[in-house]
Amino acid sequence: MNPLIPLFVAIPLAGAFLIMILGRFIKDFNKYFASLILLILLIFSIYSLITTGSKLSLYKVGGWEPVNGVPIGIYMVMDGFTVIVLCIINIVGFLSVFYSISYIKRYTAENYYYALFCLMVAGMNGVVLSGDLFNIFVFLEISVIGAYALVAFGVEKNELEATFKYQVLGGIASFIILFGIGLIYWKTKTLNIADIKASMSSGYEKSFYLFAQILILSGFGLKAAIIPFHAWLPDAHSSAPSPISAMLSGVLIKAVGIYVIIRLFFNMFAITEGMSILITTLGTLSMVIGVFLAIGQWDIKRLLAYHSISQMGYVVLSAGIGMILISRGEKPEVAALAITGGVFHLINHAAFKGLLFLNAGAIEYTIGTRDLHEMGGLSKFMPATSATSFIASMSISGIPPFNGFFSKLIIIIAAIMARFYFVALLAVIVSIITLASFLKFQRYAFYNKTDAVNERKIKEVPFPMIFSMVIMSILCVLLSLLVIPGIRELVLTPAIDILMDPSKYSSIITGN
Amino acid sequence: MKGMTTIVKKTTQLIAGMVFMYGIYVIIHGHLTPGGGFAGGVILAGSFILLILAFGSDFVKLMKEETGSTLYENLAILTVLLLALSGLLLGTRIFFMNWMPKGTLGQLISAGMLPLYNIFVGIEVAASILTIFLALVIFKEEMKE
Repeated sequence: MNPLIPLFVAIPLAGAFLIMILGRFIKDFNKYFASLILLILLIFSIYSLITTGSKLSLYKVGGWEPVNGVPIGIYMVMDGFTVIVLCIINIVGFLSVFYSISYIKRYTAENYYYALFCLMVAGMNGVVLSGDLFNIFVFLEISVIGAYALVAFGVEKNELEATFKYQVLGGIASFIILFGIGLIYWKTKTLNIADIKASMSSGYEKSFYLFAQILILSGFGLKAAIIPFHAWLPDAHSSAPSPISAMLSGVLIKAVGIYVIIRLFFNMFAITEGMSILITTLGTLSMVIGVFLAIGQWDIKRLLAYHSISQMGYVVLSAGIGMILISRGEKPEVAALAITGGVFHLINHAAFKGLLFLNAGAIEYTIGTRDLHEMGGLSKFMPATSATSFIASMSISGIPPFNGFFSKLIIIIAAIMARFYFVALLAVIVSIITLASFLKFQRYAFYNKTDAVNERKIKEVPFPMIFSMVIMSILCVLLSLLVIPGIRELVLTPAIDILMDPSKYSSIITGN
Repeated sequence: MKGMTTIVKKTTQLIAGMVFMYGIYVIIHGHLTPGGGFAGGVILAGSFILLILAFGSDFVKLMKEETGSTLYENLAILTVLLLALSGLLLGTRIFFMNWMPKGTLGQLISAGMLPLYNIFVGIEVAASILTIFLALVIFKEEMKE
């Protein structure tokens, strides 16, 4: 058994508690230790990405072997799709925590910040690695409780209102998820994802599972802020400290929302056409409505937060198209293409949206406002921030040399090949509106001339912040290499294979 | 925070010790009887909370107590994690492996590592519930000023 798998959860947990103990006595211990922990996790996750390939490694916690082929212990599973999300979590996590070294000085209680950050990372790693439903729920709670506290870290009126809204809606989501898990457990007498799939293969009650599927979709949809469930996201993501916004928007909604939806609907439930059409519709709605809500915003972080909803719409939409094709049993290569586009866009979104929030943090750090009206002419004073945010803006709008272009192109091509012409058209239009709204961001923040700004003394941000932003922007460019055949087979194809074959995941784990 | 009357103080002195002992009983019999680390920890915290409520405490002392309970909480949960990792590092290289000798069924010292987990989870829960209580009391004291 691969000993790295439990360490992904154990190391950040241990780090969080050590920071709370030693951080009291040693000055500056917290920031460097948290960075070190995330660096170790980053190395582990990249090592796992390289070594995993198309194998699926299983970890039986406590060494509990299955009895008569029925898994009884807690299983942790690492496969092609898991390692991709693990890499996203730990890379964005490391860069955010390194960025925080300078950024978080303006707040007090740094120990709590770093400890909660480590807890959140531990929770997300746990959600991604967990092989059974109940542990997904437990780790989900660990990560979102960390997130609730971190959103409120400024402890002012806006932050408290945002975190209250987030907690209420998050609490409802957790309740719905637990109810859904309970219903599934009642029928199948097991919590292991692979075992549930195996027990469903011998026939199941359609309407009962439809209810459970709807519950699971709405619960995790609330965590992922798909459009009818999005009310908490703009507030929460814009009031959090910027590195946390980057983590929430770049990672948390994917790891605890989209990842779980894709994993459960592809690998656990039997794919039905009705459910896949519902998911596609929700994705399309998020994509379109999110961007229209975003374009009118003048608060940069709110604008970025609404774009997160829109971009996640692309991911959900392409996963939905893949599901429709799989359920009809036609054109498997197009279904694989659609899912490739979705997973690829998931990776890209982490890079460019993380970077955009770090840019927004840098702007807020220097001039102390998030309102686009009050900015202007920053490109002269902050060249690094300006250049990196230009790269990120072009990536998110889908301009050719950057990564966003390739994933959107794959999604649109897949939609056309699957004969969803209207959806493809909408995807193109949304991409154009995204471009418009980011040109607005660029113009008002960096190029527009205003007198108000020139009066203040504006300096470029400190080194840790520039370092994180530059690395993220390099990632934005380099990730487009993933489409090249040869590299694609190493990273994306193993993930697509495990999702495309509905019974492969369960048959490897249960050994039938 | 002011204390209460002599009657309450005397009764609390009589009861708190028994509550504490009962909490310890629930924790160390966690692997044999219903209850365990969590339930016992809550009872332990209850005895401390009784004492603080009955005898009262001043602000500085409350802050000191909160620091102490936070420290205990973190140390206890870290120990639980180390016990879990000990399975990975020693034993049979498996996380959460119960590698200690199991003993005979029904004996107080049996079940390998489970009593150890129970004890540290008990300390953790007691300390964390006490911390929550103290945080609320401190918040109320701060509001007065």
